[in-house]
Amino acid sequence: MALTNETIKERLKAKFGDELSNFEEPYGLLTFEAPKDLNLKIMQFLFDDEELRFQFLTDLTAVHYPGQAGRELAVVYHLHNLTDNIRLRMKVFAPIAQPDVFTATQLYSSANWMERETFDFYGVNFVGHPNLKRILNVDEMTYFPMRKEFPLEDQTRIDKDDAMFGRGPGGIVSPVDAKVRTSVAGQAGPLNTADPGGATSDQR
Amino acid sequence: MSVDQHIKLPEGSIEKTTTTLNLGPTHPATHGVFQNILELDGERIVSAEQTVGYIHRAFEKLAERRPLYQITTLTDRLNYCSSPINNMGWHITCEKLLGVKTPKRVDYLRVIIMELSRISDHLICNSVVGVDSGAFTGFLYVMQYRELIYEIYEEVCGSRLTTNMGRIGGFERNFTNAAFEKLEKFLAEYPGVLREFENMFTRNRIFMERTIGAGPISAERALNYGFTGPNLRAAGVDYDVRVHTPYSSYEDFQFDIPVGNTGDCYDRFLVRNGEMWQSLKIIEDAYRKVKEFKGTDADVYHADAPAYYLPEKKDVYTKMEALIWHFKIVMGETEIPPGEVYQSVEGGNGEVGYYLISDGGRTPYRLHFRRPCFIYYQAYSELTKGSMLSDAIITMSSLNLIAGEMDA
Repeated sequence: MALTNETIKERLKAKFGDELSNFEEPYGLLTFEAPKDLNLKIMQFLFDDEELRFQFLTDLTAVHYPGQAGRELAVVYHLHNLTDNIRLRMKVFAPIAQPDVFTATQLYSSANWMERETFDFYGVNFVGHPNLKRILNVDEMTYFPMRKEFPLEDQTRIDKDDAMFGRGPGGIVSPVDAKVRTSVAGQAGPLNTADPGGATSDQR
Repeated sequence: MSVDQHIKLPEGSIEKTTTTLNLGPTHPATHGVFQNILELDGERIVSAEQTVGYIHRAFEKLAERRPLYQITTLTDRLNYCSSPINNMGWHITCEKLLGVKTPKRVDYLRVIIMELSRISDHLICNSVVGVDSGAFTGFLYVMQYRELIYEIYEEVCGSRLTTNMGRIGGFERNFTNAAFEKLEKFLAEYPGVLREFENMFTRNRIFMERTIGAGPISAERALNYGFTGPNLRAAGVDYDVRVHTPYSSYEDFQFDIPVGNTGDCYDRFLVRNGEMWQSLKIIEDAYRKVKEFKGTDADVYHADAPAYYLPEKKDVYTKMEALIWHFKIVMGETEIPPGEVYQSVEGGNGEVGYYLISDGGRTPYRLHFRRPCFIYYQAYSELTKGSMLSDAIITMSSLNLIAGEMDA
């Protein structure tokens, strides 16, 4: 008998009762929310249960919702039952002040690097992880760059000296008219000093 | 200790009996920017520690400020050996979120392109395995046909490596006759080349002795390590996203899933070769189906999705509405409906997944790429423990590690 979202939901509810909430099926994928101190127990149940057999961890990542006080970080697990070919998504919310979530490395070896990546970018502390250190960023980094408080640089900022990359103080300049522009602005840029006529220095 | 030893060292001064070897970050054998710190006892590997992240480009962060169509260029740069698969995967993800239904002809054209890129991906991987075992000829020989595949890309989208191919809803323009001619040439010539390539390696004694038993993994461990794609199938698990969760009308095609059983380098090689034959079959089928479209159906190359698919240029100049859509799309001023989508496609290395969350803004709230390379590379130390250094190198190339995909 093929496993359906309904069956999974019932099995989970029978086992964990009201601990699980927000059951949804966006685009047919069963999604639910679990309390953070139960995440490992639920995954163990999903893994071991003879009917459910969610033994493949497809993906593990986090999302930052700065507006939700006390539950800012969501750790999202995508699990797959390859035998019945059905997937589910489990979310665990943790406060950003103390983002402790149990590690899944005991169940899935693949969780090792995925959790390191999540730690690296969101600072989720996976309790019990064998080697929780940064993986893609430099070890010296002191912040978690994927959090929403680190916006990307404003593309329209003009206060930055990017002349080496073709962007002068007045916006985007091509190397050809860089010379014209700087002389119009009356600035003695490096291009002007190389001017054989020396017009700028005379005028000054 | 013999009496005629010339170097007199104080007693107990040599404590470390193993050698540390840095394989990478820029080593010809790594075929990409990542590092392995190997601890060697003679030529045997005691332990291996991987370091990745040398070309991390913060794609997920960048994507949070880009409209959907600008993210396609980021996906190119994940697995750059098969960028069109990533492009198509991204478009399919967007279409799922936006509810855009693509016409059958678009699906079949996409299948052709995706299978071509699968061939080019496997071709490089398998011929590089040959290079690392000392056979350079095969690599140079098949390169000619990767070139032909790249020429087909060029006819379709104008570029070769980082393709930025297709748009949300279909392709930027219809396939030209030149593209189909090149495809026909490829379909006619490639089987012979692939057969010759197989003759050179499959029963080659040196190749077999170098690869059989090198870097093996059991099906159970492979699943636990999150292996997907050819590497998982070489271990004996017939999981293929094209079959399990069909996308882009893959359900209309019939093909076999080649599997191995020991999960070693030789099986991975055979599985990839087998998949190239299946891909050829799929391309032939898809091309036949494309040719069956007659009349106006034969000119369909995109879905009707005015809010996301750029209008024709001549309409932009003459029709007000088209001009507005054009402006809104180019400036990224279309609101994306809120939603949460996970869509995966079978990439060259396995399941490439896109986890996209939209909060109703103009850019994704969060986008996460499931990169198969990143996930299965962590098994490398287990795969190589106790093996010889040369096996470790061949294992690395037969896993088909692509630094761009690993680091995102």
